[in-house]
Amino acid sequence: MLSPQAIEKIDYELTKYPADQRQAAVMSALRIVQTERGWLSNESISEVAQYLGMPEIAAMEVATFYNMYDLSPVGKYKITVCTNISCMLRDSDVIVDHLKSKLGVGFNEVTPDGKFCLKEGECMGCCGGAPLLHVNNTQMHEFLTTEKVDAILEELK
Amino acid sequence: MLNIEIDGKELEVEHGSTIIDAADKAGIAIPRFCYHPKLSVAANCRMCLVQVEKFNKPLPACATPVADGMKIFTRSKSAIEAQKSVMEFLLINHPLDCPICDQGGECDLQDIAVAYGTSGSRYTEEKRVVFNKNIGPLVSTDMTRCIQCTRCVRFLQEVGGIMELGMVGRGEHAEITAYVDKSVNSELSGNIIDLCPVGALTSKPFRYSARSWELTRRPSIAPHDSLGSHIEVHVKDNKVMRVLPREKESINECWLSDRDRFSYEGLNSPDRLKVPMIKHRGNWVETDWKTALEFAAGQIKDITNEHGADALGVLVSPNSTMEEGYLAKKLANSLGCGNVDYRLRQTDFRLDGKRLGTPWMGCNIQEIESLDRILIIGSNLRNEHPLLAQRFRKAVANGAQLSIISPLDNNPLMDIAHKVIVRPNDMVNVLGQILKAMSGLQKLSLSLPRSLTDLLAEIKVRPNTQAIAESMAGHGKDYDLISPKVGIFLGNMALSDPRFTEMYSMAEAIGGISGAKGGILPAAANSTGMHLMGVMPSSNGMHARAMLEVPRKAYLLLNIEPELDCQHAALAKAAMEKSECVVALTAFKSQALENADVLLPIAPFTETSGTFMSMEGRVQSFTAVTRPLGECRPAWKVLRVLANTLGLQGFDFETSEQVKDAIFAGDKPSAVVWRSLNNNLRELVEIQVNIKHDGLQRIGEVPQYESDPIVRRSAPLQKTKYNIKPMARMCATQLTELGLIDGDYVLAKQDKGSAVLRVKLDNHVAKGCVRVAAAHEDTIGLGDLMGDITIEKTSPDQATTREAIAREARL
Amino acid sequence: MATKKAKLTIKAPVMTDLKGQTLLCLRTLTEENPAALETYIKIGGYSALKRIVTEKVKATDIITEVKNSGLRGRGGAGFPTGLKWSFMPRYFDGTKYLVCNTDEGEPGTFKDRDIIRYNPHQLIEGMAIAAYTLGARVGYNYIHGEIWQDFETFEAALHEAKAAGYLGENILGTNFSFDLYAVHGYGAYICGEETALIESIEGKKGQPRFKPPFPASYGVFGKPTNVNNTESYTSIPWILENGGQAFADLGVLNSGGTKLFSVSGHVEKPGNYEVKMGTPFNELLALAGGVWKGRKLKAVIPGGPSTPVMTAEAIMAATMDYDGLSKARSSLGAGSMIVMDETTCMVKALHRLSYFFYEESCGQCTPCREGTGWVYRVIDRIVNGKGKMEDLDLLTDISNNIAGRTICALGEAAATPVLSFIKHFRPEFEYYIQHGKSMVESQKC
Ligand SMILES: Cc1cc2nc3c(=O)[nH]c(=O)nc-3n(C[C@H](O)[C@H](O)[C@H](O)COP(=O)(O)O)c2cc1C
Ligand code: SF4
Ligand code: FES
Repeated sequence: MLSPQAIEKIDYELTKYPADQRQAAVMSALRIVQTERGWLSNESISEVAQYLGMPEIAAMEVATFYNMYDLSPVGKYKITVCTNISCMLRDSDVIVDHLKSKLGVGFNEVTPDGKFCLKEGECMGCCGGAPLLHVNNTQMHEFLTTEKVDAILEELK
Repeated sequence: MLNIEIDGKELEVEHGSTIIDAADKAGIAIPRFCYHPKLSVAANCRMCLVQVEKFNKPLPACATPVADGMKIFTRSKSAIEAQKSVMEFLLINHPLDCPICDQGGECDLQDIAVAYGTSGSRYTEEKRVVFNKNIGPLVSTDMTRCIQCTRCVRFLQEVGGIMELGMVGRGEHAEITAYVDKSVNSELSGNIIDLCPVGALTSKPFRYSARSWELTRRPSIAPHDSLGSHIEVHVKDNKVMRVLPREKESINECWLSDRDRFSYEGLNSPDRLKVPMIKHRGNWVETDWKTALEFAAGQIKDITNEHGADALGVLVSPNSTMEEGYLAKKLANSLGCGNVDYRLRQTDFRLDGKRLGTPWMGCNIQEIESLDRILIIGSNLRNEHPLLAQRFRKAVANGAQLSIISPLDNNPLMDIAHKVIVRPNDMVNVLGQILKAMSGLQKLSLSLPRSLTDLLAEIKVRPNTQAIAESMAGHGKDYDLISPKVGIFLGNMALSDPRFTEMYSMAEAIGGISGAKGGILPAAANSTGMHLMGVMPSSNGMHARAMLEVPRKAYLLLNIEPELDCQHAALAKAAMEKSECVVALTAFKSQALENADVLLPIAPFTETSGTFMSMEGRVQSFTAVTRPLGECRPAWKVLRVLANTLGLQGFDFETSEQVKDAIFAGDKPSAVVWRSLNNNLRELVEIQVNIKHDGLQRIGEVPQYESDPIVRRSAPLQKTKYNIKPMARMCATQLTELGLIDGDYVLAKQDKGSAVLRVKLDNHVAKGCVRVAAAHEDTIGLGDLMGDITIEKTSPDQATTREAIAREARL
Repeated sequence: MATKKAKLTIKAPVMTDLKGQTLLCLRTLTEENPAALETYIKIGGYSALKRIVTEKVKATDIITEVKNSGLRGRGGAGFPTGLKWSFMPRYFDGTKYLVCNTDEGEPGTFKDRDIIRYNPHQLIEGMAIAAYTLGARVGYNYIHGEIWQDFETFEAALHEAKAAGYLGENILGTNFSFDLYAVHGYGAYICGEETALIESIEGKKGQPRFKPPFPASYGVFGKPTNVNNTESYTSIPWILENGGQAFADLGVLNSGGTKLFSVSGHVEKPGNYEVKMGTPFNELLALAGGVWKGRKLKAVIPGGPSTPVMTAEAIMAATMDYDGLSKARSSLGAGSMIVMDETTCMVKALHRLSYFFYEESCGQCTPCREGTGWVYRVIDRIVNGKGKMEDLDLLTDISNNIAGRTICALGEAAATPVLSFIKHFRPEFEYYIQHGKSMVESQKC
């Protein structure tokens, strides 16, 4: 069951579209539910589809098409590091290696304590701040150095 | 009209056509995978790339509209280069498993690859592997073979009416799947097998059973509903291996319902009766035809001699051919017996003698698409006429307003403009309201006959019926009122209703003032044909219902399982038990024929020739596609020989064609049909509007995969989700009123019979109704499909004992 | 939800040095609180909208002005904006839509982000003017999902604008109404393609539509829709304040106005630089502090990876405008300069880019779905020391077979780096295949 808070947020998103186009809110609705629950289970996707009155498979198509939806648990903090060209040129590899050894996990793995998950990201549209990462799809950290990464991890702990 | 040139050939084409349309019309072959003329254009496979003058890039022929003066090259160097490169891309991840692929020999990819591919691949990397999905008992998947053309996805969405498949993931990881582990439940699902250009979706029942080139293909006509779909039966070693649609734009287009596609499995069922059988001291013994026929004839003769010809009752399946029906009637009449009927699931016969002709659907199948206002009365369309539902869906997609009056709020998978969901008894009232509202709408300025006006005086029009009336009248919108495109149709539930007469008469009156086309949607393959030939009681004869109410001493059954195919299962069972002799012409051994005395094995439609007449009055003959199994004989021959054995004159038919000629008296069938089809009544009959009915009414729907003896024996159809044990389904308010909850056990009683059922909450059922499926052994104890019913709570223990007793009684 | 923080206080960027720039789209950067409504109004913002709606300026006059400005679409294709606007059907019975494309996700592109976080009101004003001109009742700004904080900034700006009467019903007391909403992507580069973006707004997978029909006749919810890039809309208020000619005069022939250049990679001061069209590349490079660590320039991708890579000599001789770069056999694209110094291994750079296109292909059409994976796998094999000399021709061939045969331009975009990298740096690829390792990296040690 969608929480009242989630429904309130989804209803706000629905105000952006014509009344007969509820499906249009599916991107936000999935984001809202994912933010609340940490990841998108099949049940979550079904609930969103039902709430918006769209076929479940259509909601599944959306959930699997866009990279930022997580269809399996990602721990408390999902750290996504961009490794695309501009970041690569500014040594995102060093950041990735540092994170991997610090957290003891590879890409798409969750630390045993369920705290961190490391993901490789495609271009985030902030290449001027390379190398960079974002946490839980929302918090962007730019101009990274290994020290800065340590500070970020420390704060999250 | 535009002038274009394709490969140097000058063509005149219609505005708005695409290059591929134009080329197809001119017989110029352009390779394609994703394009299908009946589906939206996706232009994703890119196989149809062609060169167009003044464009530096090749263009997809399927999605490019022609422009005047366009010069198109489908075989130029650049076109071929583009096509070859697309072919190469398609093949890099496609498995090379043609030798074990069911699509082998009829695979678009294989064919086009031979024409456009190169030998040997430049692709040396690893191939993609995709996990298979289980999408149900009918369609088998091999998703590694999928080329992502999305035809299946588009079909289910656009034609099937609901998105059951999707393409999840993206890029190279995109794959076709149903939601998590759901199956595809569309009643038209088999069409995705035909649509799939590769072997990713194949027929599960047919899987690995034959290679396409081993099959002989023979045309036939689908026998399960009155659409008259054209089919192609594929035969190997005298066995039907599969059934595919034969393209017939005006009937089934290129589609087929799952019922018509997969029912053939019933033909190969172990239940098939292969030799005549006679019951001897309570036991069935095999015998030869001569003995069986002499026995049957002897019994019939003895009984009619002793008690009069009236002691015989002849019940004919509306799925039997015209020839069979004709001979059955002729046989009865020659004996002096008027008790013949095909209307096995009808209760209300008050219209007999009041009709001006043979009732039919009142328009052509194709015309449905162009209707702009539609009223459907008492039909669960997708269950009754799965493929016809799709035509209505198109009409609605084209903007038609659909109104529904029904005791069931089932989703027809199209937008409904207005609906009234009430118990059947109140449907009459609703129709009266519509009539009244319509007569009051100024635009029509019509007045109803005095008799009706008085009748309707007491009726109060409710807002939703007012809305339907306005829709029918074309009120407030810019409809063409000179030649209105309105359609009114009555479905199976109306046809079986005890107040069918009123429903029909009112529908006719509404049709009259709105200038509507329409009529009934007859249930079975040959209902219309049977009516046309008058396979009905003569003036002193009994109709199907009366023959059971007042049991006959002898019955001749043609192609039916009485308890499953008749309106009143309990009555049918009792009547068969009581009678002295039951002669059953049947293709199957059956529990429901336990009370018979002789079983004469007849050939199902695939093993005989014959004629069906469809809902639109189309007379379609077919020939046998295999030899009869065992000692089965075509029923028309059996009837002829039986008549001969009975010593009757005028049965010297050598072929079924001769029978057909006799039916149409040498006239052209179309001429006869043209003269006979008529939905009008001589007069308005016995309309009573405000009849109060406070008890519960049964909605005894026949589930689509229980509709006739063949379908009931198709294992794959029986495995679909439509095959569920009958339950007592009621809406929440009704349950509360009765103090029941979902899962309770109840004793359902109709007349003297009863059945123990589980309760199921079903908010699609109108209040005041209990939906209990018919044509199932669990509900054989019950009565009228649409009759009164009572419900009592019972305990699980009692339920189990009762079930046990019932089971024992059967054994 | 409706009560977002009313005042936007966003700090000006740290890295960007405003000297030497001509600030037009980012003109609030000189101010204290660049994103706030009051800041924008202080520098004269919303005056063009006010004049237009109160004086009921004729739509055709606005379009003429935009045509005169020489503004070309800043999303990459450079299509003249005024001309695009004239394609919108005048009379239409129903809602017309306006869409802004802030989905920049092409590597090296990050200019629109700075517009929505530092100067959101100018974009809002530009869109309101466009809506007035084109008769659009509803607008959406589709924002790249990864820049969530900036999405929130923009949404807050929308609430500010609405509260102040610049959006919503009866704007500034006139009978002109326009609702503008922020919507977001969630990690799919392809949604930058305008028809994929429209599908995404409708709540579907971002799979591009086949064109025609174009959005102007069949866009959001099947209705006429105008799509422009963020920077394109943001240029509009200035054009209507100062006249089209003034804008055109800022730039050069065929390239009017200023342009935001996103400079990333091996420079001392990566960031956005707004300069006049036609600025020589070396000046832009200087603004960005030159090649970092005192190294030598090796190559530049001038407009995002969908534009051909250029060698140092070629780019050093080029000016930053449409004609300037097309003369140099590349393209301005979205103005995303990816700068690579002498230590860059071009094989590895291409390896990463080919992975990007493989990963981001929507999967709909055959050449792109199958071809991008094939290209990536071959390059991956080369990088892993298992390359064959014929692979280079194969790569060229596959890329040529993708380009021009797909539904959307991602096909070309994916082919371009392969073709241009191999063309300009073939020896480096040959070396890698022969030796199983990188030429530059071997030289380094
Ligand atoms: C693969 C692909 C990605 C694109 N990404 C963007 C983008 O991120 N932002 C953008 O404004 N335009 C992008 N475009 C261009 C848009 O399709 C469209 O042309 C543009 O938004 C129109 O606006 P303009 O005329 O103002 O440039 C992309 C095109 C393609 C083919
Ligand atoms: S070119 Fe690629 S991204 Fe564009 S439609 Fe085709 S598969 Fe999708
Ligand atoms: S048939 Fe035209 S692209 Fe597939």
